[in-house]
Amino acid sequence: MSKRQLHLAAHFPGVNSTTVWSDPASGSQTDFASFVHFAHTAERGGFDFLFLAEGLRLREHRDRIHDLDVVGRPDTFTVLNALAAVTTHLGLGGTINTTYNEPYEVARQFGSMEQLSGGRSAWNLVTSSDAFTGENFRRGGFLAPEHRYRRAAEFLQVARACWDSWPAGGSPGWVEHTGEHFQVRGRFPLPAGPQGHPVLLQSGDSDAGREFGAATADAIFSRHTTLAAGKEFFADLKGRARRLGRRPDDLKILPAATFVLGDTAADAQERAEHIRRQQVGPATAIAFLEQVWGRDLSGYDPDGPLPDLDPEPGGVSITRGRVRHEKDTLAVARRWRALAEQRNLSIREVVVEATARQSFVGTPTQVAEQMDDYVQAEASDGFILVPHLTPGGLDEFVDTVVPSCATGAATATATPEQRCANTCWAGRTGRGCSPAERVHRAQWCSCGPRPPDCSGSPRSPRRSPGPAC
Amino acid sequence: MRLAVDLSGRPEHPALAVRAEHWVDLARLAESGALDFVVFDDSFVPPGGGPGEVGRLEAVAVAARVAPLTTTVGLVATATTTHTEPFHLSKALATLDFVSAGRAGWQPDISRTAEEAALFGRKDAAPVDALWREAAEAVDVVTRLWDSWEDDAVIRDVATGRYVDRDKLHHVDFRGEFFAVKGPSITPRPPQAHPPVVLRLPAGDEPAALALIGRWADVARVPSVDGGRAGAADPGVDGLAADGAGRVRAAVRAAGRDPEEVSVLLDVPIGPTDAAEAVVDRAAAALGVGLDGVVLVPETLPGGLRRAVQEVVPLLVGRGLRAPGPGRRTTLRERLGLARPANPYAGGFDATATAGPVGGTG
Repeated sequence: MSKRQLHLAAHFPGVNSTTVWSDPASGSQTDFASFVHFAHTAERGGFDFLFLAEGLRLREHRDRIHDLDVVGRPDTFTVLNALAAVTTHLGLGGTINTTYNEPYEVARQFGSMEQLSGGRSAWNLVTSSDAFTGENFRRGGFLAPEHRYRRAAEFLQVARACWDSWPAGGSPGWVEHTGEHFQVRGRFPLPAGPQGHPVLLQSGDSDAGREFGAATADAIFSRHTTLAAGKEFFADLKGRARRLGRRPDDLKILPAATFVLGDTAADAQERAEHIRRQQVGPATAIAFLEQVWGRDLSGYDPDGPLPDLDPEPGGVSITRGRVRHEKDTLAVARRWRALAEQRNLSIREVVVEATARQSFVGTPTQVAEQMDDYVQAEASDGFILVPHLTPGGLDEFVDTVVPSCATGAATATATPEQRCANTCWAGRTGRGCSPAERVHRAQWCSCGPRPPDCSGSPRSPRRSPGPAC
Repeated sequence: MRLAVDLSGRPEHPALAVRAEHWVDLARLAESGALDFVVFDDSFVPPGGGPGEVGRLEAVAVAARVAPLTTTVGLVATATTTHTEPFHLSKALATLDFVSAGRAGWQPDISRTAEEAALFGRKDAAPVDALWREAAEAVDVVTRLWDSWEDDAVIRDVATGRYVDRDKLHHVDFRGEFFAVKGPSITPRPPQAHPPVVLRLPAGDEPAALALIGRWADVARVPSVDGGRAGAADPGVDGLAADGAGRVRAAVRAAGRDPEEVSVLLDVPIGPTDAAEAVVDRAAAALGVGLDGVVLVPETLPGGLRRAVQEVVPLLVGRGLRAPGPGRRTTLRERLGLARPANPYAGGFDATATAGPVGGTG
């Protein structure tokens, strides 16, 4: 059996405690130069795509804007379109929310990006149901949770009808949709781009979210980074896809992953510990604690023991504007208590352990091997890497891990299989692969030669066929 | 004189309209003529008329795609306010300003037709007066969101662990006739603070549009074709220009602003058979009746723009109306002689005083 290939994407450091802003090497989170630097590194490293997250209201903690993490970022579409000007083959993906947008407008925005990027766009379709974010929009935005995915599915249906209405080289057609959430009628103003549709990512983790992703997505942006959880999630999603009549390989599983590199394993561990303490400063430790306990704990010493009192019952969130993955705060508190007692940890040390463990730590070779092991164990198809520094957080990885792992650039010694991957990389038209092409056939041949998947699996017959292998 | 170009003209080949290279070439051509800014047109419906099927890209996206490949020319994107959320508009335009290093501008417009309303299915086409009032409210909200971050909000205070001074981030708490927006923006205050607002004076009589111009325009575009305003005899182009400029300045004054701060520009079409000399004469005449410059509107692209840059610009330079040489690397506001606005929130501005009954500025 051939070895499985590794896909990599690059997540621009976001607005949470993973991003370290206090480091002297930390640059601007908003200047375009930071995005250019990051995109150039990702492109140089042969990544499938760059990824921008988006949240539509600044987070609040205890009714005030959360001030301990990076705050503020530019608009997703506008940054990605500008990056299309300074890159040639890097995929350009971002989060766009279906709850606070209209399908015709989003279809037009992705249709524009498809044309302006030469077929490099990718959409992480997210849903939301919180009225807090809705306060920034004229229609509010609260959506009953059971309607989230129904609206999202219908939203996507309308967007796809728009993209399909004007075949490349053909004439514009008509879009006519009447449904539960949307009524859209008229002409779509853009011919289909090179990919037909943008690559579709999803990150929902509920049962409804998993089912929606398995039915519609090209890739799942998951958060399951331990090997056991990764394998469970991978098997679940691929199984759902199979049950829905899709080829499991047409749905890629890409967990978010953090990493720390060092000259030796010990050096990497030391750096990882330092970064974790940067990520969880004293004030951040207390803020995390307050999120779980649901109450003001500002009087506690972050270097002291966990509070004796129990969390507020009912799991009331005092942080708004961010996704809560853990609903049962009492259970979290129990785990943290056990951890603290077992290892005699302070508040800050517990929070570091519970929230800031990096996915991969080691020398470049070790990290390449760890990542490869994970993929070979069918815990994922690759990773969306989340560096902790803007804009240089990916540089070391690309300079050191990619050469020990990738073969895309190594033409002189490449096997025929690698040259196939390399052909895909260079692109038949000289334009490079679209993200769709690359999500379906990695140009990365992770850690050693193996036959790439050259069969392709175009979701849409309109998508460009990709290079011959 | 100020000199700009509107890129709404018909592409000489229909396929060009959706090609990035077409728009990059146009912006670079405009830049080679040291034009002050280009305007990217937009509407939710495809452009009508002409042979072949012409697509239409979103204007802010086009401007963003062009921005890193140009250095001096202002990039004014049309964005309509009738169906789009002001919160999205605010961050998109702020970001255009970041990616262009302070060269962004915004031409707000309305979606008048039932055809456009049917693409959204949210509401029926409204009377034009209401659409302009809604546009005015959208510009107001967008501007407040730009100001919702003070310039020095990001403090990166390692000692206290605070990235941002949250006292310098402001809930705008806007409640108007059409919108309610909490804020603050998710995007910091853009380099120019307020990318200039370019507004077109409608050819017909639309009082609410004039009110919007009076309150918000940094640049007002006056049409050189007669929209058939009731009771007016054909005044000729110079008469139209003088009349339009007079109405704009009166509206600006009525809004309590200094009319000298608004650039009033005449739209001057360039057809395939128009001589460059005639275009230049038209521009000079506009200056003669008190306007500040012109917006050239080539009917076809890129040919019309090439003629503007290669033939019209040298004549304007020859007559001493435009400075010779390349454009300077400045912000668009600087180019237009506009100061970077102070942030009203920084002075304890009460955002609710004009927005409505909601208390607290956060």
